[in-house]
Amino acid sequence: MVVKAEAWAAVAGLCRDDSRLGFDLLSCITGVDYPEREDGAEIEVIYNLDSIANHHELTVKVKLPRDDPRIASVEEIWRTADWHERETYDLLGVVFEGHHNLVRILCAEDWVGHPLRKDYEPPDSFHGIKNVIY
Amino acid sequence: MSELENRNPDPLTKNVVFLTAVDDIINATRANSVWPLTFGLACCAIEMMATGAAKYDIDRFGSGPFRGTPRQSDLMIVAGTVTHKMAPRVKRLYDQMPEPKYVIAMGGCVIRGGPYVKHGYHVVKGVDLLVPVDVYIPGCPPRPEALLEGLFKVQKLMKREKILDRTRRTTKPEVYHAVYPGLILRNAEDGIWANHWGSQGEAARGVGGGGHRWRGPVCGRQGRGVGRRGRALPR
Ligand code: SF4
Repeated sequence: MVVKAEAWAAVAGLCRDDSRLGFDLLSCITGVDYPEREDGAEIEVIYNLDSIANHHELTVKVKLPRDDPRIASVEEIWRTADWHERETYDLLGVVFEGHHNLVRILCAEDWVGHPLRKDYEPPDSFHGIKNVIY
Repeated sequence: MSELENRNPDPLTKNVVFLTAVDDIINATRANSVWPLTFGLACCAIEMMATGAAKYDIDRFGSGPFRGTPRQSDLMIVAGTVTHKMAPRVKRLYDQMPEPKYVIAMGGCVIRGGPYVKHGYHVVKGVDLLVPVDVYIPGCPPRPEALLEGLFKVQKLMKREKILDRTRRTTKPEVYHAVYPGLILRNAEDGIWANHWGSQGEAARGVGGGGHRWRGPVCGRQGRGVGRRGRALPR
């Protein structure tokens, strides 16, 4: 299911609270960088939802413009989103608006760039430690 | 006490009075109670735990107590991938250890980045960019026997210490030919690498790519039951 970015906060609330949907578990948030799509460069954020009560699952994709990817945080809806959103921010640079502590989670705090973007160039050295051997 | 030699030349008191050098006594005690720092960073640490567990039992060789604090340890076994985020912590732990201290670099990641050598933007390409390393053990992961062999090398280095000379490694460590093939010891002074197999030295420097490509016994996983050359593993 593809959802518009503006609608995502409302859709997410509905997904959890509607008893027929009942998605009480957000199992994963990932992002994919598509620099060369027909309708412009995009970053897709993918949410994997599960319903333990109803035994079904749903994959939601939200397409964001690559130069300014912003989306509402669902941290208040599913608490697990906290670290998943930080990871997606760290590796792809997606800004989750409303997140209480949107800082890097995997890379060092002062890392530059977002490594899972297709055009990412790793640094030659980091804090004086050589990063390129060959 | 077998490594201590009775230096008493007098035949009358030879079996009554035991003469030896202070260095020998201190080094023997030191080498027979190595306290490694509990320090596992990635998959290699599993192999290190296996070395400490019942089957391989590192206690048999005088290196039982894995310490929870660097201030009580004299050996740092760097087992696992060192990331740039972890690098300052590794350096700090090393700095907190009292002298004399020794470092074992266990596994391809710690030697030169291992599988992450080319595309691992986040991996420090060798812990020797951070701290001086005494013994390198190639493998992905090295088998517990290889780690034990590395420990023996460290114990040999310990027996060369001179207490009156506070700087470490006053005498150049000799280049050991490992009993366990593929084990590498770097000569700390001039950085020469030596090992049993000619080509593995290149691989260990990462020229051949990541540690996972090494072919040889130290790459073998545990649980095959038979060691290299058909020797049965110790049960
Ligand atoms: S050398 Fe291999 S087994 Fe050891 S930490 Fe690196 S990837 Fe894991």
